[in-house]
Amino acid sequence: MEVNTQTAPSVNYTDGPVRGFALAAVVWGVVGMLVGVIIAALLAFPDLTYGIPWLSYGRLRPLHTNAVIFAFGGCALMATSLHVVQRTCQVPLFLPKLAGFVFWGWQLVIVAAAITLPLGITQGKEYAELEWPIDLLIAVVWVAYAIVFFGTIGMRKVRHIYVANWFFGSFIIAVALLHIVNSAAMPVSLWKSYSAYAGVQDAMVQWWYGHNAVGFFLTAGFLGMMYYYIPKQAERPVYSYRLSIVHFWALIFTYMWAGPHHLHYTALPDWAQSVGMVFSLVLLAPSWGGMINGMMTLSGAWHKLRDDPILKFLIVALSFYGMSTFEGPMMSIKTVNSLSHYTDWGIAHVHSGSLGWVGLISMGSLYYLIPRMFGRKEMYSVPAINLHFWIATLGIVLYIAAMWIAGVMQGLMWRALNADGTLVYTFVESVKATWPFYVVRLIGGLLYLGGMLVMAWNVVMTVRSGRALPSPIPRLALA
Amino acid sequence: MDILYLLIPLSAVLVLGILGVFAWALHGGQFDDLEQHGEQILEASTDSLDTHQRG
Repeated sequence: MEVNTQTAPSVNYTDGPVRGFALAAVVWGVVGMLVGVIIAALLAFPDLTYGIPWLSYGRLRPLHTNAVIFAFGGCALMATSLHVVQRTCQVPLFLPKLAGFVFWGWQLVIVAAAITLPLGITQGKEYAELEWPIDLLIAVVWVAYAIVFFGTIGMRKVRHIYVANWFFGSFIIAVALLHIVNSAAMPVSLWKSYSAYAGVQDAMVQWWYGHNAVGFFLTAGFLGMMYYYIPKQAERPVYSYRLSIVHFWALIFTYMWAGPHHLHYTALPDWAQSVGMVFSLVLLAPSWGGMINGMMTLSGAWHKLRDDPILKFLIVALSFYGMSTFEGPMMSIKTVNSLSHYTDWGIAHVHSGSLGWVGLISMGSLYYLIPRMFGRKEMYSVPAINLHFWIATLGIVLYIAAMWIAGVMQGLMWRALNADGTLVYTFVESVKATWPFYVVRLIGGLLYLGGMLVMAWNVVMTVRSGRALPSPIPRLALA
Repeated sequence: MDILYLLIPLSAVLVLGILGVFAWALHGGQFDDLEQHGEQILEASTDSLDTHQRG
């Protein structure tokens, strides 16, 4: 049966929310990284904010982590997942008004975080600091997001569900589960609640949440981004589609058991610590499978890296991903962990993963997506993308090198014993020794923020010189 | 370690759920004819380009 092209109305993709989330990601990226620079400066220069409570390190640190993970990362994921699911399923979004609610609801969550965290309103759980009313809002918005995403897949005109959508889908479901379980709490007033769990039980749930947040929010979600935007930008298919499917199932299965590696040598039972260590080591295999698959997509097209700064972002992001997913399993080994835990090596690891993998893959994907959302083939300034790339990469290298050295130094100082068994160093001596590395880290962070400001400028110029045009969905030929 | 009474059954349910989704995908033909799916996303783009671009 043929579609009568003269009378059938043209249906367009629902790109409004995609545009909104993409621009929001850039704005929140600048905000989150700026807060990061402020707290880095505070560690080196503690009197910088004159002891003002809402500008203190303790209150700003969770604002930084929440802003970069959930505001920047979250908006980037929502923009790209809603863009990719439509293009690969060849349908507009399911319940487009609900997608609008997801956008505004998520921005409200972010603003609520930006107000409550500096006021000291916190549940005290890492990456889950927001108090119970905001937790409820997150749950509602997240369920709406899941309905829009999975509903769109349900309405698909293409039978095969492209691999990126599996990564996005697992990220959405996992985050829903993690959030609901870890945020369970008994409210005692409007802005105060107590966790449903206590002591080492709470620690176990918290780090089941925390590591799965890394594995599903920061890894699976962004791998979804990678599996679409690298092939699109390189104009080559994923190296091995078969491997991408194996990679997906192996990754999501293994990640869930790694959480205890945050609790080595604590009151957590030994067997639980061992499970965490072993599965973290096993995780190396599926992680590198994904990295290799993404990188080898450029096989036969490596020359494109020379002139295409977007590809530079995407491929270098994968190399940081590979580095971090090797470093992580190494740090999960108990003997290594006995040196690295509580030191700045953990900070180095987090930032190679977040600045290196999450940041760069998001930037590369947004540089692909944003011009197309405004009727352009490319960003306003391609040289500015290149400038951003080099500034960001330099910033990352300074940051992690400084924190690696500081971390190992701290670990060694803390365990140094005299012949009679007493400690060689006091704690404050290790703090003093760390100071120069805090300064280098601050410089690295300033560079990374600077790169993000270059991006913000480029995005403004691109939007101003472009137009939000409707994107018609291609008519599939029906025989 | 009472929290295990929550975490282990939860994980078991999750594993069952994952196996269920995998079985659905397998029987639904998601893993048939894999080679062409990588190419499919590269087909003609439908993102409208503004022919009257400024700058």
